[in-house]
Amino acid sequence: MLRQLKTAVLFLLVFTVITGVIYPLIVTGAAQAFFHSQANGSLIEANGTIQGSALIGQPFSDPRYFWGRLSSTPDYPFNASASQGSNYGPSDPALLAAVQARMDALKAADPANTLPVPVDLVTASGSGLDPNISVAAAEYQVARVARERSLSVDSVTNLVKKYTSGRQFLIFGEPRVNVLELNLALDKLE
Amino acid sequence: MNPGDYLQIIIYIGALLLLVKPLGSYMAKVFQGERNVLSRAIGPLERFVYRISGIRSDEEMSWKTYAMAMMLFTLAGLVSLYAIERLQAILPLNPQNLGAVNPDLAFNTSTSFNTNTNWQSYGGETTMSYLTQMAGLMVHQFLSAAVGIAVLLALIRGFARHSVKTIGNFWVDATRAVLYVLIPLSLILAILLVSQGVVQTFSGPKTADLLQSTLDANGQVVTRQTIATGPAAAMVAIKQLGTNGGGFFNVNSAHPFENPTPFSNFLEMLAILVIPAALCYTFGKMAGDTRQGWLILGVMTVIFVAMVSVCIWSEQSGNPALAKLGVDQTASSIQSGGNMEGKEVRFGSVNSALWAVATTSASNGSVNSMHDSFTTIGGLIPMWMMQLGEVVYGGAGSGLYGMLAFVIIAVFIAGLMIGRTPEYLGKKIEAFEMKMASLMVLIPVLLVLFGTALAVTLTAGKTAVFNPGPHGFSEVLYAFSSTGNNNGSAFAGLGTNTFFYNIALATAMLFARYWLAVPALAIAGSLAQKKSVPVSSGTLPTHTPLFGGWLIGVIAIVGALSFFPALSLGPIAERLMMR
Repeated sequence: MLRQLKTAVLFLLVFTVITGVIYPLIVTGAAQAFFHSQANGSLIEANGTIQGSALIGQPFSDPRYFWGRLSSTPDYPFNASASQGSNYGPSDPALLAAVQARMDALKAADPANTLPVPVDLVTASGSGLDPNISVAAAEYQVARVARERSLSVDSVTNLVKKYTSGRQFLIFGEPRVNVLELNLALDKLE
Repeated sequence: MNPGDYLQIIIYIGALLLLVKPLGSYMAKVFQGERNVLSRAIGPLERFVYRISGIRSDEEMSWKTYAMAMMLFTLAGLVSLYAIERLQAILPLNPQNLGAVNPDLAFNTSTSFNTNTNWQSYGGETTMSYLTQMAGLMVHQFLSAAVGIAVLLALIRGFARHSVKTIGNFWVDATRAVLYVLIPLSLILAILLVSQGVVQTFSGPKTADLLQSTLDANGQVVTRQTIATGPAAAMVAIKQLGTNGGGFFNVNSAHPFENPTPFSNFLEMLAILVIPAALCYTFGKMAGDTRQGWLILGVMTVIFVAMVSVCIWSEQSGNPALAKLGVDQTASSIQSGGNMEGKEVRFGSVNSALWAVATTSASNGSVNSMHDSFTTIGGLIPMWMMQLGEVVYGGAGSGLYGMLAFVIIAVFIAGLMIGRTPEYLGKKIEAFEMKMASLMVLIPVLLVLFGTALAVTLTAGKTAVFNPGPHGFSEVLYAFSSTGNNNGSAFAGLGTNTFFYNIALATAMLFARYWLAVPALAIAGSLAQKKSVPVSSGTLPTHTPLFGGWLIGVIAIVGALSFFPALSLGPIAERLMMR
């Protein structure tokens, strides 16, 4: 038994080095060499400052911008140092209140809009950092953004199309729009 | 549902089944010590591990020695991981200057990662230093998976061998599982994931300027966003492949840095089930009858497809309460629709439901959406998958040895009903095997039901509940279903980082792991000693669809009878109230 215990300790040590040090270092080396941008957070940089990450959403409530998903991260929405979902169950009154509040806000910003409200625009994402909205959620907001920015609906629609990704390799996932990239492009337009 | 969604499901299950034979036969070669494609590259490293740890690779162990080695190794792992967490503040690689982990949380987490559960009562990016994540948690993601595979190998040898006392060498089995299977697959997967955008860096958090400033909870203006990064890709790869599930970030694979694209999602889902599924073939190969392996794989796949169908249907149907508010939840070419609370747009409701069933059929427990926010039936399915004992593909190794316990029970009951001697793979199933198999089936049931009952009786258990009504009960039931079967996923609203839950759930994890692994080894030892009985007209064939159907029946009946009352108080009651 003593011999087995000694083996157990040595075994743990040697595998701590192999799987806990060597393995992650190999992955880090390869990642930094071949996929430098991705490995460091797919950051969007301009004029030497970081504008955000292409993979991490930001909070928007100004009618001039496209809005993203609701976010339940602690302290402030889209807090990318502490990801969190709402964890509201389907019958929780707090869920219904949050959904209703978002619907009211959308209505207040664009009272004439008669399109159906897409579900992803009024619900919180799992991570609280979702960078995307559905194509339907973007189309819902096009008229408002165009009006607020005095742009033509067509030019905004074209911009939405530019930042829409289809299913990956035509198969995987869902079509989606990157909200931060779209809003950055809108600001550049002016 | 969009037509493209059906295609994704078919591609997923198809890819999984296509990988079973190549990976399964490779593992059979590895675990029988035969030459394989990686022998030349990894052989020297394998021998180095043996030499440095004092392992005699030709030494065979009785089941008791094998179990002893496993338990001593676990003890060493528990103590060392606890120590790393407690000391992380003074150890290197801590750019966020995180403090020591609390004693009860450190105990819970150490147990969690040693038992292959990866229950997380903490948020990774706000609690654990890079060193703890890498040299602590991730190491055990490799080793605990290897321990599960080792126990399975011992059980397979129990069936394959006859008239001997030994069932292999624990150290050799665990070493080969890590070096030849887990590390190579993890390396490939980790690099692929980085190409999709999973982060792998030691440079610490980044700060971005928000395009539009926002207000924090105290009304203060926030203009900058701190973006947590870290060496995530290496950990994500093994957390998926080793059926661990413990993620780098709090929200696991819902986090865009842990699962950035639909393709990364596909790869991670495939990684959840590929080793457990392929081990069915390894089992058939090593036991000398591949038909038995295929039959078990078939049974697993039938249950899996049925559960996936129900869960996806429920999540796609959306939340009736939101429909009443006038929210559009229908699937169309421009939105996935369905119940999107707690889900990410890039995955939609279909890939989220598919993942939820995969992660709970295996003992994985990683999530790409928040199960707490699933529809009532959509949330019931993952819970029931865990309660079935995670034998549908199941954990790395542990899934198949759990399934073999059900096979033993199925063979025994069938034998009694039709008056034949119960035999499986030429071994007589007798009272001792039945006792041990019954332990393996009943212990998790006891842990789940008694644990839940205790928690909802005590104030300390009730105050942690987040959602009101029956959903709050579901949160507690889910927590004990998850830890009592070493899964690790959660209805995460339940605030479990308290003394009561940390200790209670850790206890459930310990029992669930070792009160199944040790009886499995006892069966292995007992079977290995028996003579092999030749097939005769009195033998019940166990590779036929008829036996497959019978096995499904036994699993479903045990699962349904044990948990229907508890499920009635949770998701079923909530469903009825919402109508």
